[in-house]
Amino acid sequence: MSFPWLTVLMAVPLVGAAVVAFLPRRTAEVLPKQVAFGVSLVTLAVAAAIAVGYDVGGGFQYTEELTWIEAFGAHYALGVDGLGLTLVLLTVILTPVVILASWDDGEGGRWSVNAFFAWMLALEGLAIGVFAATDVFLFYVLFEATLIPIYFLIGGFGGLRRSYAAIKFLLYSLFGGLLMLASVIGLYVVSRDSEFGPTYLLSELSQITIDQNVGRWLFLGFFIAFAIKAPMFPVHTWLPDATAAGTPGTSVLLVSILDKIGTFGMLRFCLGLFPEASQWATPVVLVLAVFSLLYGGLVAIGQNSIPRLIAYTSVSHFGFIVLGIFVFNSQGQVGSTLYMFNHGLSTAALFLVTGFLIRRRGSELISDFGGVEKVAPVLAGIFLVAGLSSLSLPGLSPFVSEVLVIIGAFAYSWWYAAFAVLGIVLAALYILLMYQRTMTGPTVPAVAGMRDLGLREVSALAPLLVLIVLLGFYPKPLTTIIDPAVQDTLQHVGVSDPAPEVPAQAGSGEEEESDQ
Amino acid sequence: MNIAAEFQAPSLEYSLLSPIMIIAGIAVLGVLVEAYAARRVRYLVQTVLALVGVVGALVATVLVGMNLESLADGAAYGSVAAAGSVAVDGPAIFIWGTLLVLTLISVLLFAERRLEGGVLSFAGQAAALPGTEAEREASTRGLEHTEVFPLMLFALSGMMLFPAANDLLTMFVALEVLSLPLYLLCGLARRRRLLSQEAALKYFMLGAFSSGFFIYGIALVYGFAGSMDFAAISEAVSGTTGGRGLLLGGIGMMAVGLLFKVGAAPFHAWTPDVYHGAPTAVTAFMAACTKIAAFGAMLRLFYVAFGGARWDWTPMIWTIAILTMVVGSVIALSQTDVKRMLAYSAIAHTGFILTGFVGVSQAGELGGISSVQAVLFYLVTYGFMTIAAFAVVTVVRDASGEATNLSRWAGLGKESPILAGVFAFLLLGMAGIPLTSGFTGKWAVFASALEGGAWPLVVVAVLMSAVAAFFYVRVIVLMYFSEPVGEGPTVTMPSAMTTIVIAVGFTATLLLGVVPGPVLDLAASAGEFIR
Repeated sequence: MSFPWLTVLMAVPLVGAAVVAFLPRRTAEVLPKQVAFGVSLVTLAVAAAIAVGYDVGGGFQYTEELTWIEAFGAHYALGVDGLGLTLVLLTVILTPVVILASWDDGEGGRWSVNAFFAWMLALEGLAIGVFAATDVFLFYVLFEATLIPIYFLIGGFGGLRRSYAAIKFLLYSLFGGLLMLASVIGLYVVSRDSEFGPTYLLSELSQITIDQNVGRWLFLGFFIAFAIKAPMFPVHTWLPDATAAGTPGTSVLLVSILDKIGTFGMLRFCLGLFPEASQWATPVVLVLAVFSLLYGGLVAIGQNSIPRLIAYTSVSHFGFIVLGIFVFNSQGQVGSTLYMFNHGLSTAALFLVTGFLIRRRGSELISDFGGVEKVAPVLAGIFLVAGLSSLSLPGLSPFVSEVLVIIGAFAYSWWYAAFAVLGIVLAALYILLMYQRTMTGPTVPAVAGMRDLGLREVSALAPLLVLIVLLGFYPKPLTTIIDPAVQDTLQHVGVSDPAPEVPAQAGSGEEEESDQ
Repeated sequence: MNIAAEFQAPSLEYSLLSPIMIIAGIAVLGVLVEAYAARRVRYLVQTVLALVGVVGALVATVLVGMNLESLADGAAYGSVAAAGSVAVDGPAIFIWGTLLVLTLISVLLFAERRLEGGVLSFAGQAAALPGTEAEREASTRGLEHTEVFPLMLFALSGMMLFPAANDLLTMFVALEVLSLPLYLLCGLARRRRLLSQEAALKYFMLGAFSSGFFIYGIALVYGFAGSMDFAAISEAVSGTTGGRGLLLGGIGMMAVGLLFKVGAAPFHAWTPDVYHGAPTAVTAFMAACTKIAAFGAMLRLFYVAFGGARWDWTPMIWTIAILTMVVGSVIALSQTDVKRMLAYSAIAHTGFILTGFVGVSQAGELGGISSVQAVLFYLVTYGFMTIAAFAVVTVVRDASGEATNLSRWAGLGKESPILAGVFAFLLLGMAGIPLTSGFTGKWAVFASALEGGAWPLVVVAVLMSAVAAFFYVRVIVLMYFSEPVGEGPTVTMPSAMTTIVIAVGFTATLLLGVVPGPVLDLAASAGEFIR
């Protein structure tokens, strides 16, 4: 039996979480923080080893499969393809960054520092499991399990109105999860009559033909759950409260990693299991996506609270991602997957740097700041780069993904692309206005004595910024992983890229228009 | 002319009935102990007797189960005993095993003395009126009613006979045998005696009334079928075309009696008051074991006797299931007492089990979950969660006894993190969060219902689960995220017995959530009901 890399990758942070939780509790003790940081670095190393050994274009790799509950047809099955590997890498890169940035955030909470870092590591392990699961039942169990660490992180260590925000998040997600449960059980019933018997393996389920109406209902159950997770308009209202109440590190884990489960699920399960229903739902989904895009952007412009502003920008960004997925062409889907990775990095940078800013001033309101760049130039500089990456400035990695999504949208229908381009203008507005009001202008007295970023804080943000710039110029390492996975998905759905409108060289573009 | 024909003594197959007889025998011995043993040894003797009896019956059940003969190529196991009035088959053995294991931990709960300072949590002298000199004297003298143990075992013997009954009269006798000791046990609380006696009286009045419905239904069905025996009734139901009114009336009346016992709406009104007033150990025993026995009996009655009338009773079950789930989940939202909240949650769980009731009657060749398998599995998971939850309730106390008002539970997470963690896990289990047995139980029941085509029930169940999640999570929030009111709750350290009960319940909830395979397969291998 080959070495169970993915189980080890999942187990390292989970075991680390248990170790950190049971370390002796002493005030002002750095040991739990150091152990947690060390464990996250070990996880990063294991993931790097997996990435190095990954064979591009080889489909699902590092697969493991054990029968778990035979009566349900559930298996303990893991495996990564391009999409899964991208998101696993995002998780293992962000966790050490978040732990380093949240060094002092665990103190003053309802429980000990040990619990704070233990929950973070537990979340990392469960998130890796979610992205690597190739069995629908296992995915569902881990999907629900990821709610618990975030609930306790927000409720126990957050700021104002943390209990309300934590409960709102939990109940919204549980509701989506229960809708998905109905669909998951429906899948069981459908698979029972098939050639495989009752099964939850993705490889087997994707080969079963499901009756059209049944498939559409099951698709809806999954899609609504993922739309709540993403979040999309109109089920997004839990996110601004959760990010405003949680610590910056928690918000990063929530938005940059957990929310990706929503869009990952759309690609893997909605498109992978219900291709016909996905295409049937496309018009409505695209309208909702464009609406999220524009609505998130507009509301973000008017926000006075910085974390809420960033939350609404995420709603807008996720509108882009869903748009890219459901236009059903390779540019759009490659763009979407890349967008998930890049958005993770840029939003993490934004949340963390504004977290440092808020902690120093003691207020999260834009109106309480002014002229910080004179007092804390490093902070302002990093804020600027993070903000510019969020508005997709060319040369920074989110630009590549955004442009791909918009090209994909144009290939589908120029209407959607036109609205999406509006989103870029809105992004410029919300980021630059926020920067202008907080960083530039006369220095407000309350800000006068602000310390600039220290070594630990800069070293937490540096990897993010380096990656953002590197991938902005050279996104190829990621696109080579993502391309084959997207091709497989499109082939499974049964669409091919539309022929280019402008006749290029003779001989290219003979493929038929994709059916819509 | 012959004076009298040779009298044929009926063969009673004592070996097949040995588990029930062991329990009944130990219960009778318990009564004798009460009569003859010296007061100071009664507690020890009764506890040991009860434990030995239950373990002995469990061993006997396993032996009987392993030696059941197989019928119809392994689709069913067992045989009919006692001249056709008791059916010892796979599902009956499974239910007996479940009941005995749950009773074993309930005996430990009953026997807990440390929480009341060295005496049982039952009234010292039940006949003493509350507030009188006699009651104070009984309390100072440290009197105890150790009769609770034989009473519990008598109830258990009725509970074991109830799902195994193969004719209507035996079923009625078993119903009464299981109910009467429980009416008595509900009135025996040491604290808040008036509330407890009120609960007992309510249970008795409503229970007697519903038993009246039950026997009237039996009369109607007998009138229709001409026999009390389930096999004969089943033939009459499938065969006869006339007299449908009698049959439907009989099914309806008998359903009233049985649905009362499981606490289904609109016959649920007794549940919150009785669960609240009864001593918590009795509530735990009742909530788990009565429901298991009653559902077993309901399954046998509706699947064997009324199997041919499935089209007639399915709409009734649909309506009652939806009503029960909605009533249980919605009314629980407004509860401020933890025992009442758990009572309404028990009503909601009854609704979920009823959803599984109308699932596919047989598993397909390639797999699938039959409704009997799903219901039996859910009952096992539900039993362990419920007893452990009520065991936790006994431990949170203040000066006047158990502190069951939810406001008194605020801040429990700080006071006693392990207990709060265990209770939070049990609540998450009841809510049906994955990795708990509540999830796998709900999954099995919903899968069975979907396969049987009852998708509206599953949709309602899923929505009500979301509603129910709210009040479960609210308690978790209260324990962990609220500041204590006043000095806060105190957790009295119980003796090893209650600790064992809580540990067993917690472990079962975790294990059945992560590896439910063995128990699911056991429920499947129980096969079908025999005729």
